Amino acid sequence: MMAALIFVFSLATLLMFFVSYCRSLMASSSRHSLSKEVRDVTGIPASASGRDFARVMQLLQLCPERPDDRTGLHAVETYYGILDLLEQTVARMVPSVRNWTEQERAGCANFAVVLLDRRIAFSREILAQQGEF
Amino acid sequence: MLLGTAFELAFVVCSVARRSFLRYFFLNLYFLLTIGSSVTRYFILSTFGLNSTEYCYAYFYTDALLTLALYVALISLYSHVFGELQFGKHLRLAAVLLLLGTALFSYAVVAQSADRLSTSFAYELSQNLYFVGLVLTYVLWGALLKLRETRTRIVQFVLSLGVYFSAYAASYALGGLASRHSFLVFLAPAIGCFLPLAWTLTMWRHTDESRLVPAQLVAVPR
Repeated sequence: MMAALIFVFSLATLLMFFVSYCRSLMASSSRHSLSKEVRDVTGIPASASGRDFARVMQLLQLCPERPDDRTGLHAVETYYGILDLLEQTVARMVPSVRNWTEQERAGCANFAVVLLDRRIAFSREILAQQGEF
Repeated sequence: MLLGTAFELAFVVCSVARRSFLRYFFLNLYFLLTIGSSVTRYFILSTFGLNSTEYCYAYFYTDALLTLALYVALISLYSHVFGELQFGKHLRLAAVLLLLGTALFSYAVVAQSADRLSTSFAYELSQNLYFVGLVLTYVLWGALLKLRETRTRIVQFVLSLGVYFSAYAASYALGGLASRHSFLVFLAPAIGCFLPLAWTLTMWRHTDESRLVPAQLVAVPR
């Protein structure tokens, strides 16, 4: 009984800290203005919507990884998965949850687009360096 | 274990490279102690074997020492947050009293069993300090939101610590509920890797001047 109680409590705090952690990762990319290249590639004018996430993730896989962005992306991807689950279940019955999940999913997609922008810039840097040799 | 040690070393290297070693001295001290105990455990394991009394003592004592170091690291984060509010002296006193209280409580729990009293005490103290750590991190997170803390590093350090403590507490509880499941054996090292990795990324990506808007961190806007 006690173990079950501790498990539920720690799971609840884990979820709360995890969501806030993902939001702190996403917040650090919210002020980034997208380059023209990434807007052309993705077809996203200024900010992404939740539905863009899967497409942007596919584009991300085509770019060389930057060493320091993998973990953040995995965390946000997991967060997006949780939101997707909510969208399929609870959000169908509660409209306010639907609005909230859509807003959060858009945040995840924005984070992925900013990462794509940085990866494109990183690839350009590598190409430029190779061109020097 | 190797991966975890590599991440711990990476954090120390990163904080030296970012000239933040002294500013986050207790976080660095925790990782240095973790590396030290991993090396010690490895040598004792290879010399005396897994089932030896020596390894049993080394494991539980280093575990207790590391939990204590993590507790001190958490209190140092409190000092960073409340440092400007002249609470320093009271904070340290409260931390010592809480630590003594937890130690006394742990002793009272294990005092009944004379058999292997010291290792039982070390184990009980570690477990209780983890739970106290989780509650303290929760309180610190509340304080960060209340004080509208904007320093990205501090916010991400506290949030990663919260994820780490809660995941450990959940895995301990799950171990109590379903001890036969073998996946728990892999869960603890995976959780152990998370904290040094998350802190290293924070140290690497953000400077002390990096700021974020605290309102963006709350899942449901107030």
